[in-house]
Amino acid sequence: MKNLLPLLFLGALPGMILAQPQPSAEEILRRIDKQMVTESAEATATMIITNRRGRETRITSRSWSKGENTSLVEYLSPAREKGVKMLRLEDVLWMYTPSADRVIQISGHMLRQSVSGSDLSYEDMVDNGKLLDIYDAAVVGEDVFMDRPCYVLRLRAKDDAAEVTYAQRKIWVDKMRYLPLKEERYAKNGSTLLKLFEIREVMKIGDRWYPKEMYFKDVLANGQGTRYIMDDIKFDVDIPDYLFTKAALRE
Amino acid sequence: MILFKLAWRNLVGAGLRTWLNVLVLAMAFILMIWGKSVVDGMAYQLYDAMTNIEFGKGGQLWHSEFDPLDPLTIEDAHAVYPEELAGRIATDDVATILVRQGTIYPEGRMQTIMIKGINPGQKAMDLPTDKIVVGSTGLTPALIGQKMANKTGLTQGDLLTVRWRDAGGTFDARDVEIVHIMNTVVQTVDKNQIWIPIADLQLMSDMDGQATMIALTQPFEGTPSSPVWVYRDLDFLLRDTQELITAKNAGGNIMYGILFAIALLAIFDTQVLSIFRRKKEMGTLMAMGLTRAKVIGLFTLEGSMNGLLAFGAGFILGSPLFYYMAVHGYTVPGGMDDLGMALGNTIYAKYGAGLMLGTTSLLFATVVLVSWLPTRKISKLTPTDALRGK
Repeated sequence: MKNLLPLLFLGALPGMILAQPQPSAEEILRRIDKQMVTESAEATATMIITNRRGRETRITSRSWSKGENTSLVEYLSPAREKGVKMLRLEDVLWMYTPSADRVIQISGHMLRQSVSGSDLSYEDMVDNGKLLDIYDAAVVGEDVFMDRPCYVLRLRAKDDAAEVTYAQRKIWVDKMRYLPLKEERYAKNGSTLLKLFEIREVMKIGDRWYPKEMYFKDVLANGQGTRYIMDDIKFDVDIPDYLFTKAALRE
Repeated sequence: MILFKLAWRNLVGAGLRTWLNVLVLAMAFILMIWGKSVVDGMAYQLYDAMTNIEFGKGGQLWHSEFDPLDPLTIEDAHAVYPEELAGRIATDDVATILVRQGTIYPEGRMQTIMIKGINPGQKAMDLPTDKIVVGSTGLTPALIGQKMANKTGLTQGDLLTVRWRDAGGTFDARDVEIVHIMNTVVQTVDKNQIWIPIADLQLMSDMDGQATMIALTQPFEGTPSSPVWVYRDLDFLLRDTQELITAKNAGGNIMYGILFAIALLAIFDTQVLSIFRRKKEMGTLMAMGLTRAKVIGLFTLEGSMNGLLAFGAGFILGSPLFYYMAVHGYTVPGGMDDLGMALGNTIYAKYGAGLMLGTTSLLFATVVLVSWLPTRKISKLTPTDALRGK
């Protein structure tokens, strides 16, 4: 009987968690931001793009980020993409292609265009902004997604928020890990679903839960979506500032 | 008159040699007129199409940030209409155009396009914007070109989801109905773009009363009162086309020059040979009282008459070709508009007075010069030596 006590305790744990008072929508966003937004990070990831005929293209990349608006992504493979770099400095994105040895600026609408035929835009690739700064949120229900109990939140862009890509979002937040397991990103009209985002696998690094595998789908486009797998990630790493300069792109 | 008769008799007497010279010169003349008329026709069609369809007869006002060759400028290239055009805008005398970037998904394929808002009643551009009226679905009506339709597989009545960003950078989307597909040779109003009422685009983008450019029916007098607007006259707008035509003319001129040089060489050669072989004849003419100047005149006239005959023969032999090219034109395999030129599939030759008179005069002057050059030797000729054939 004594040996069964821990098991009984573990069995009751979800119920105990669920019995806790529901945090406010703002608190949920704050906890999501704490998990998802990083001060600095260095990561290696694989992007798997599946076209509508089921053909897969894999792109591996290494990325470095510092704060919300500074990041660098370098493609490692396939050979034709190797060496391509994307540097985000505030609202401007610079792209370097080694074959042309040119640095070009990508801004405005082009930031919202597809990266290498994937369901991710350049903006999605380098996004590290805090939801709490951009959206007003309301808990609109509870649901179970991928066997995980979730809060369902409706997010609406704040009136005073600077450039917001998606005016409305509906997110399913894991009640225990505070990760947005599913997101529906809507157009300004509120009814047209533009993009679907899912976290399909998570990992724990230190005391932080972080997505291991993500799934993006541009709902208006054909194709079977894009998986983004985080192969390796380190948080709070020391990254030299010169890495985030245009000059460093050619190195 | 006697010189003319003598020259004519000598020319006809030379027989085959004369007619061969005339034929070669006539062919060069025909090819030159044909080539130049095609380039002139091409230039006319280009200017006409671009002025009437793309720019408007009075040029355009552009937002100072706007650069059609740099898509990055479109984001910020919008401003309220210039005050001085308020009256003309109210009467649809000008075309107000707002340009935004957007994305469409024909058959599920993502495609970046330009969304162009225009006042449907505009009179400045020869576009069927009057067809942009709300259809049976009640959705925003859209006009596209045939090339855009071919590329996307869209047909009249189709619904198309368009995604764009408003002034704050937020994505929005709505369905539009393709209400008309236009046929145009000007790709810059066709490829990768849709035309919708400007009022709709202003509403969609939170840019009420704003435009990116304004096409005018008459040239803008003076300078716009707001520095945000810049007047681009037709000289500016057609500069690239003008440079293209100049380059084509230059390339053609080299070819015509070589062709004509061959023809002139035949005349020059004939003249040199005549002066060498007809010295006794020259001596006799001088002994009979003709001055050296008149003998030079006779031989120059003979040579020049080759040119006159060649022009006559050229007009007669070339007329069917000239007529065919003017009426039926030259159909380019694949179409020049696929190469980025607003020409359509057929180029029609254009024969202006400048082309005909200019080319004929230039060629005739050259023939006279070439005929005269070898005769300078005659001025050193003494009648006695000439009679002995020295």
